[in-house]
Amino acid sequence: MGFLDALFGRRKSSKQVAKERLQLVLSHDRMRIPPGILEPLKDDLIDVISNYIEIEESGITVEFDDSDGDTRSLVASIPVIGMRRDRR
Amino acid sequence: MGETLVITSGKGGVGKTTATANIGAALANLGYRVALVDADIGLRNLDVVLGLENRIVYDLVDVVDGFCRLKQALIKDKRYERLYLLPAAQTKDKSAVSPEQMRNICDQLKEVNLSTEAGGAEYLDYIIVDSPAGIEQGFKNAVSGADRAFIITTPEVSAVRDADRIIGLLEAESLARPQLLINRLRPNMVRTGDMMDIEDTIDILAVSLLAVIPEDDRIVVSTNRGEPVVNNSSSLAGQAFMNAARRITGEEVPFLEMDGDRSFIRRLGQFFGLRGR
Ligand SMILES: Nc1ncnc2c1ncn2[C@@H]1O[C@H](COP(=O)(O)OP(=O)(O)OP(=O)(O)O)[C@@H](O)[C@H]1O
Ligand SMILES: [Mg+2]
Repeated sequence: MGFLDALFGRRKSSKQVAKERLQLVLSHDRMRIPPGILEPLKDDLIDVISNYIEIEESGITVEFDDSDGDTRSLVASIPVIGMRRDRR
Repeated sequence: MGETLVITSGKGGVGKTTATANIGAALANLGYRVALVDADIGLRNLDVVLGLENRIVYDLVDVVDGFCRLKQALIKDKRYERLYLLPAAQTKDKSAVSPEQMRNICDQLKEVNLSTEAGGAEYLDYIIVDSPAGIEQGFKNAVSGADRAFIITTPEVSAVRDADRIIGLLEAESLARPQLLINRLRPNMVRTGDMMDIEDTIDILAVSLLAVIPEDDRIVVSTNRGEPVVNNSSSLAGQAFMNAARRITGEEVPFLEMDGDRSFIRRLGQFFGLRGR
């Protein structure tokens, strides 16, 4: 069945699907972003954002999110206190 | 001087122990002296696959702990002139041995004089370490004494992914350029497009190929009996293991043609500089 489907272009063969899924998952596995870069990254983020916005530093989280499956995102949650007055 | 090989996989149950037993028996058949080391401490299996389970007196941990000499723990296979087994301990766990101790054992094995005659000198040509599954201490032990590494995988998504991880870890252990064994290939599924073929698998993993072992019911029969399948000339898997052994010794052996993968095998032959058919 898989063969006929593939022949008539109806569906990809399951081996083609397997190969594509593997190539994608391995491209992520191989990225190997060391978790240790997150702390300094967070400190730098605080420095830059603080130039514009007053933020709650203790409530900040920065992490990678792989739940999408297709792409890996860097997700930062930064509680905002307000605009920096001295910027205006 | 002997050479230490390790057979490893990442994912469990893909055929490490089967490959170790059969490649070991094949090398012995070819005239080499071989010791198989079961590094799967706590889950030993190589003894039963080889049919040597009733001959064990001492094991690897006894050697490490100094309860016996290395040579005393080596079991000589009576059916194969030159095949030996160093069994794992069954009652301990992986932490009973450290990577340094394992490396010592592999180095000492190269020095063991197997000759039973006075003044004789016979040394091992190959030591093959059967790695446990996983990437933890058992794996680290198994690879620590190795000069060359082999990765075995089935043509399935999860096994190939784990194999990729292992390739990365082997590089970290300075065992670059491992060679791949693809096990349990089913030619009829490859033909219908429902199983990744040889080309897909080595494309993804970007390593060189040692051998392709087909799915073969005789493996189950041979494991039932505790007799390696390389003895069975009508077994395709047996032939494939024999070819793997010959390639390990440096011989150029054409790849077996399995239905469904004909054209690729032919191209592969050319790629490796072998005679095409
Ligand atoms: N080519 C093959 N054809 C048919 N059956 C096979 C083949 N290779 C391995 N098997 C079967 O697969 C099972 C697992 O094999 P084996 O014990 O060699 O794997 P392993 O990688 O050593 O497992 P573990 O990770 O538990 O140590 C066994 O039952 C074996 O008989
Ligand atoms: Mg095993």
